[in-house]
Amino acid sequence: MSKFIFGRYLPLNSVVHRLDPRNKLLLSFCYIILVFLANSWVSYLILIILTLGAIAASKIKLGFLMRGIRPLIWLIIFTVLLQILFSPVGGQVYWHWAFINITQSGLINAGFIFIRFLLIIMMSTLLTLSTQPLDIATGLASLMRPLRWLHVPVDTLAMMLSIALRFVPTLMDEAQKIMNAQRARGVDFGEGGLVKQAKSLIPLMVPLFMSAFNRAEDLSTAMEARGYQDSEHRSQYRILTWQRRDTVTWIIFGVGLVLILISRRW
Amino acid sequence: MSIAFKHVDYTYQAGTPLATPALTDISLTVPDHGYLAIIGHTGSGKSTLIQQLNALLKPTAGEIQIDQFTITPQTTNAALKPLRQHVGMVFQFPESQLFEETIQKDIAFGPRNFGASVDQANQLATTMLDLVGLDASYAQRSPFDLSGGQMRRVAIAGVLAMHPQILVLDEPTAGLDPQGRQEMMALFDRLHREQGLTIVLVTHQMEDVVAYAEQVAVMQGGRLVKTGTPQEIFQDPAWLRAHQLDVPRAAKFAQKLAQRGVQWPAGLPLSAEALADSIAQQWPQGGGTHV
Repeated sequence: MSKFIFGRYLPLNSVVHRLDPRNKLLLSFCYIILVFLANSWVSYLILIILTLGAIAASKIKLGFLMRGIRPLIWLIIFTVLLQILFSPVGGQVYWHWAFINITQSGLINAGFIFIRFLLIIMMSTLLTLSTQPLDIATGLASLMRPLRWLHVPVDTLAMMLSIALRFVPTLMDEAQKIMNAQRARGVDFGEGGLVKQAKSLIPLMVPLFMSAFNRAEDLSTAMEARGYQDSEHRSQYRILTWQRRDTVTWIIFGVGLVLILISRRW
Repeated sequence: MSIAFKHVDYTYQAGTPLATPALTDISLTVPDHGYLAIIGHTGSGKSTLIQQLNALLKPTAGEIQIDQFTITPQTTNAALKPLRQHVGMVFQFPESQLFEETIQKDIAFGPRNFGASVDQANQLATTMLDLVGLDASYAQRSPFDLSGGQMRRVAIAGVLAMHPQILVLDEPTAGLDPQGRQEMMALFDRLHREQGLTIVLVTHQMEDVVAYAEQVAVMQGGRLVKTGTPQEIFQDPAWLRAHQLDVPRAAKFAQKLAQRGVQWPAGLPLSAEALADSIAQQWPQGGGTHV
């Protein structure tokens, strides 16, 4: 379990950790737009500097963050290869066979896609590493608030989201315990052929589902016993406040945006 | 020697910013057919320690010798399968490991994984069901229809069916009623005495430690702070309380009597029987004196 960096929280005391979670969510979203706006080497350089700057400000070691990319490496390689092999003809053709063309523009595009993947994964890993899951849920709920006018049950959705996030570590622990117990009974997880591996999941999934349903039932009993009703207007324990540092991040973002718009190929 | 730890360290998520040391410099031996109780308050590293015993966790430094097996930080997983059969693990709330459609299949699951044929494994399941005190009519029922206590028995039968030489028990009686607790502990004791199983028991029940263990290890903050016989460990109630550990009820009583001037020349009696015996010995023939 410890291999998955993405989706984990790393408690540190840094500016990035203290930013308003709503702000971090919005920033990450706009950052992705920024990544897709960039289309020249200079603009990517600016993005890389922005990203490295954000990581440095978070006090998270770059090497640790890079480990978050490892589980996704095959997806990246696959996409890059597709781009290299099947891009439309453009610029110089280096190699040609049947419907496969390796062209200059294909290689450049592949390079861009690789950088885009890397940057987006790094930034979203940074978001989850520096923000507690519950803060992300509160932030999302707060950002979704306007949808109430469209009769979207925002509070209920927010409650569901925070319960789901709350139980991720609990179920991970539970899964680890069950895996240990089954390993002790001679199950080899992650070994052998595909069929054998899939079969070895049954002794894990059945108890895990049992326990998840039991927990859900216990939780709903506990919530009802304490008078929870989802239609009530509920007050928040954590009140999010917009600080000056949040404004500063948007100034930096704005500068980045302008620089990228200038250096972009139109 | 059945189990020997040599300067074992273990760190969770070693090499990441989340690294947390859980065991520091553990050296410990358990003789063949020994009965070791590990005590210590929550978070002292007991569960981490016992997971080293069948290499669910491998030490980050040091060496563990378990009969013919040696575990070092470099040991590969492939070498561990025979060890897993050799060391049976009963985790906390083992009923959560049940998953099969029938109780028989669930008990047979372990032996099947270690190469027993279907017939052999089913035969074992029948024997083990009887051993844990459930009659044969249970064999074809679903484990999820049972009561909590019965599920626990089935789970333990599933571990015993692998015929381990070393049995590791992590609070096996937690959440059971007093009778179930007593029957369970009596079963383990019988396995220890009649089949010569080496037993490692993690528990908060000091009465069980006194009644069954031959050797006690006290853990605190990932270190082994004291080892000895139950007699040695429980002689110093003040030290135990300082380490947030309970004292057997009989010893508490005896200590209160000691405060009133009663002498215990053979050391504090630890069980109700020992307490009664010592009092009877000291009681002057004919009675009449006040203590």
